[in-house]
Amino acid sequence: MENHAGRDPAPVDAGARQVPFDDPWYDAFASGWGELDGTGAPAPLAPPARGEHEGRTARPADIYLEVQRSAAFQEVRGRYRRFVVPAVAIFFTWYVGYVVTATTAPGFMARPLAGSVNVAMIAGLGQFLTTFLFTWAYARHARLRRDRAALDLRWDTQELTRSVRGGER
Amino acid sequence: MTGNHQTLVPGGHQTLALLLFSAFVAVTLAITTWASRKRRGSAEEFYAGGRLFSPMENGFAIAGDYMSAASFLGISGLIALFGYDGLLYSVGFLVAWLVVLFLVAELVRNCGRFTLADVVAARMRERPVRIAAGTSSVTVSVLYLVAQMVGAGSLVALLLGGTSEAAQAWTVIGVGALMVLYVSLGGMRATTWIQIVKAVLLMGGAIALTVLVLVRFQGDFDQLLRTAAERSGHGDAFLAPGLKYGGDWTARFDFISLGLALVLGTAGLPHILSRFYTVPTARAARRSVVWSIGLIGGFYVMTIVLGFGAAAIVGPDAVRGSNAAGNTAVPLLALEVGGGAASTGGTVLFAIVAAIAFATILAVVAGITLASSASVAHDLYASLRRRRTKPRSEVSVARVAAVGIGVVAIALGLLARDLNVAFLVGLAFAVAASANLPVLLYSLFWRSFTTRGAVWAVYGGLVPAVVLVVLSPVVSGSPESLFPAADFQYFPLQNPGLVSIPLGFLAGWLGTVTSAETPDEAKHAETEVRSLTGAGAV
Repeated sequence: MENHAGRDPAPVDAGARQVPFDDPWYDAFASGWGELDGTGAPAPLAPPARGEHEGRTARPADIYLEVQRSAAFQEVRGRYRRFVVPAVAIFFTWYVGYVVTATTAPGFMARPLAGSVNVAMIAGLGQFLTTFLFTWAYARHARLRRDRAALDLRWDTQELTRSVRGGER
Repeated sequence: MTGNHQTLVPGGHQTLALLLFSAFVAVTLAITTWASRKRRGSAEEFYAGGRLFSPMENGFAIAGDYMSAASFLGISGLIALFGYDGLLYSVGFLVAWLVVLFLVAELVRNCGRFTLADVVAARMRERPVRIAAGTSSVTVSVLYLVAQMVGAGSLVALLLGGTSEAAQAWTVIGVGALMVLYVSLGGMRATTWIQIVKAVLLMGGAIALTVLVLVRFQGDFDQLLRTAAERSGHGDAFLAPGLKYGGDWTARFDFISLGLALVLGTAGLPHILSRFYTVPTARAARRSVVWSIGLIGGFYVMTIVLGFGAAAIVGPDAVRGSNAAGNTAVPLLALEVGGGAASTGGTVLFAIVAAIAFATILAVVAGITLASSASVAHDLYASLRRRRTKPRSEVSVARVAAVGIGVVAIALGLLARDLNVAFLVGLAFAVAASANLPVLLYSLFWRSFTTRGAVWAVYGGLVPAVVLVVLSPVVSGSPESLFPAADFQYFPLQNPGLVSIPLGFLAGWLGTVTSAETPDEAKHAETEVRSLTGAGAV
């Protein structure tokens, strides 16, 4: 497998083990997971992808396949898709509907509601409002439902790739 | 205020505006010097600023990159001239960020290193994919740069009286030269700080003007709208869609086409994508987008007030008289709400707004130049030259590329002087949405996507988009065209998005199903796992 520097999944220099994910804003999580376990490494709460193939020899490429098939990853992916697919469908339909209505039914859009504020103005401001709402909902969903599991998986995957690489060297 | 070109202002406030602008240039040069002092000369440092910006810093920088002269000058101008139809730009520019937030930001941060091509090339045969994605990224960037250059030109025309073509040309050249200097010396770190400073200035200026406009109407938005409608001469039609894009069906399809391009284009803009690499993790990338959505949304709400405010206070005739495309509505508004051309308040406010607009242009230009020089050096140069090159030499190539791109953008900017800035940006968005977005989404989400599909997706969007623009009324066949004398207009719409975006997606699908190559399961698994978990991300 061709492997230029940027795709090396593991920090290469010896002693780098204590910083598997260098996110300085890591401590901003509310849940308290990912605390250091005293050895300088974060304590993964559940090591789901690990153990399924210990003792087996694998190429780094196979590790990603294994992780992809693991229940933990499927769960993360499912959560992501279950939020994003409907959300994209809704906001895209709402936006295209708005643009098409503005073009095809200007009479309806010009109907006054209160003073000089008409349907078009409310619809336009509604687009702003829904954008802010969707942003908030997505950030909240990702923070509460995905971040933790994804980081566990990241850690496990990097561990696995590292051990495989270590064996090769 | 009648007549086409006149010096709006007595000499005093030109001097002040130039002084303020010089101050901004001095500050940004200081930043550049400071940033390059710490520079280690690695590609990581040059393209991604060391990847250690905080989400808030990056959020401001994204907002700074995105809120271009097109937004500040162009959208407000369009609203001032055409009322509600200008507002579509604001809505489209903002809603587009949901595409970025949901589908692109985190995944791209996890999978790539410096450019869009990194994400695609991870799954595919590297060389053809890099060449394709690099070419389209450079095309989009150059189009976007031209829009900024035109903005700079029309601003100077207003400031110096517009009669001096030479002054206008020299400004465009000066802006170009400065940006090349920033980018080639300071790299991403300097560029990011320039964006942040600029975003703060721009938000401050917009807030101040919005407050002044609202104060003038005693906080009564309804009254503001009514006055704008009356003054426009269109009555209530000014507040409803249809004034610019309402006529025949060509105009209506143009409107839909533009709307699609705006909402899908942002996620394919190279200079926006490259910003996600300046933070350490996908989570930080997401939080920067949340920051920038807040800033950008607030800003666009204000452009609506400013646009209608310019219509109500300055009046569409005066706006059109100063610049036919409406690009100077906001500076004129500043002059009026400050107390008029003869007053100190008007003079000072005008100078401040003009200087901020200049700063905006400079900063955006620097951001785009950096992104496109990364595409040239990291994607095109690295692929077209087979010899393995060290990162150090790649950075040197990027510096040279910045100069080359600057020259091209200056030349085109001088040519396209009379087009509306927001409209030009609409074109850049259409090309980005057609050429960059399909390949990006397919690579991230489609299991069976192949190298041929990737290459076809890029060219299948890029070529139609560019060809349709060339054949459109923008370039020839009407009095407002780039070449009014010639007539090779065969495509009726000004914005190609409606046709070229579906073509990009279609070409990617077609290339994939017709290719003999079996998609690499393991590489797809790697992309999927990495994109969602961040495993192995740099």
